Amino acid sequence: MDWDWVFAAEIIPTLLDGVVITIQATLLGSAVAMVVGMFFAILRRSRNVFVSKPVGFFIDFVRGTPLLVQLYFLFYILPDIGILLSPLVAGVIGLGLHYGTYTSEVYRAGIDNVPSGQWEAAKAANLTMPQTWCHVILPQAIPPMIPVLANYIVSMFKETPLLAAITVLELMNQARSLANFHYRYLEPMTLVGVFFLIISVFSVVLLRWLENRFKRVG
Amino acid sequence: MLQPIIEIDGVSKSFGALEVLKDLSFNVAPGEKLALIGPSGSGKTTILRILMTLETINGGTIKVDGEQLWHREHEGGLIPADERHLHKMRAKIGMVFQLFNLFPHKTVLENVTLAPILTKGAGREDAKRSAMTLLEMVGMAEKADAKPAQLSGGQKQRVAIARALALQPKIMLFDEVTSALDPELVEEVLNVMRRLAEETDMTMLLVTHEMSFAHDFADRVLFFDGGRIVEEGPPDDIFTQPKEERTQAFLKKIIAAGQRI
Repeated sequence: MDWDWVFAAEIIPTLLDGVVITIQATLLGSAVAMVVGMFFAILRRSRNVFVSKPVGFFIDFVRGTPLLVQLYFLFYILPDIGILLSPLVAGVIGLGLHYGTYTSEVYRAGIDNVPSGQWEAAKAANLTMPQTWCHVILPQAIPPMIPVLANYIVSMFKETPLLAAITVLELMNQARSLANFHYRYLEPMTLVGVFFLIISVFSVVLLRWLENRFKRVG
Repeated sequence: MLQPIIEIDGVSKSFGALEVLKDLSFNVAPGEKLALIGPSGSGKTTILRILMTLETINGGTIKVDGEQLWHREHEGGLIPADERHLHKMRAKIGMVFQLFNLFPHKTVLENVTLAPILTKGAGREDAKRSAMTLLEMVGMAEKADAKPAQLSGGQKQRVAIARALALQPKIMLFDEVTSALDPELVEEVLNVMRRLAEETDMTMLLVTHEMSFAHDFADRVLFFDGGRIVEEGPPDDIFTQPKEERTQAFLKKIIAAGQRI
């Protein structure tokens, strides 16, 4: 088992294409997860049980099933009922929904941490419910939870190889096809690890910065 | 007598098995300064919270400014009010809380301008100008750009008063607004309220443990105990010659605790 530098150099451009897709999927998936998680958290608090119960059930359902199975559903089964998604779109929706159920829990904690007096002050100021959420509750709830949310983004990033299962040409998939084609696994898989590591380390540095930046103030 | 601005009629309120208000009825005249006193748990704060629509009622009716607060007239009868009606009614009422409840992520100025901009469609500049006038009045104009965390309790409460005034309510509710303050900061808040009482004809309801302030400030005092009004009258009567035993006992305790009344 010898490391072949020439082969490694040869495959790096293709792998970098995969890195770009991996980062794209992570960023788009995170954006979906952040928005979806927020709405899950808000809807789950609804006093209307016809809203809160189904949302709660959906969250438990998504959490109780593996991401890989969900990706298969989105990509291979939805077309049966006429919903055709491109691999990346299916992947982003899958990652976003799956992680949205987890970030909703973060939002819930963040929202619960806003003192009840803030809700009361908003009511006394005669703000409507949407105004209360947008101007009073969320601006206070979100900053303390940014580091936790960022943690989920890093986790999601490390799960993107699952997208290979639905033919997204992300880093892992590129590496696998290179390996299969050349019958060499050492260089492609090692480089996948190296790329993931580099990006993870970079993310952790960013995370520390976020934690400092949004440290709970008084 | 003028048409009352608040008419509370047979109101009851329970938290679970605990009955905090029992068949309560009283009126408030426009411009009246009313002090609600009594031991903790007597239901006085609950009344303010019900008027601000922070708590629902279990029975009875409340009229504010001639309109039902918690109900809507419908085909000759009364049905529970919807959110839209409550929103309309809340515009008539402002409230200042014991724990200030300022919006910590906004500056002093933004705390005051937020509601007028959002609920009255006030222009940013107009809202700012009116807010500065109010902050001037409560002596907080210099701190317009500060965040609440940078203020003392007394300063926070003065900003909270300006915030409540910004919506130009007809009725102001003050819920133990000095209870959370260090003793040396109480006076600055009370001074603002005195000025307010002198310079405006707003109706004010005040729940307080500051008996000497209630004495000077109020036109009428209601003494509560156990969810009922035990005694009411002009402050001079209530504080100097209370008729009811329970009022006498309560005031005795207050004096024993070192307060002047």
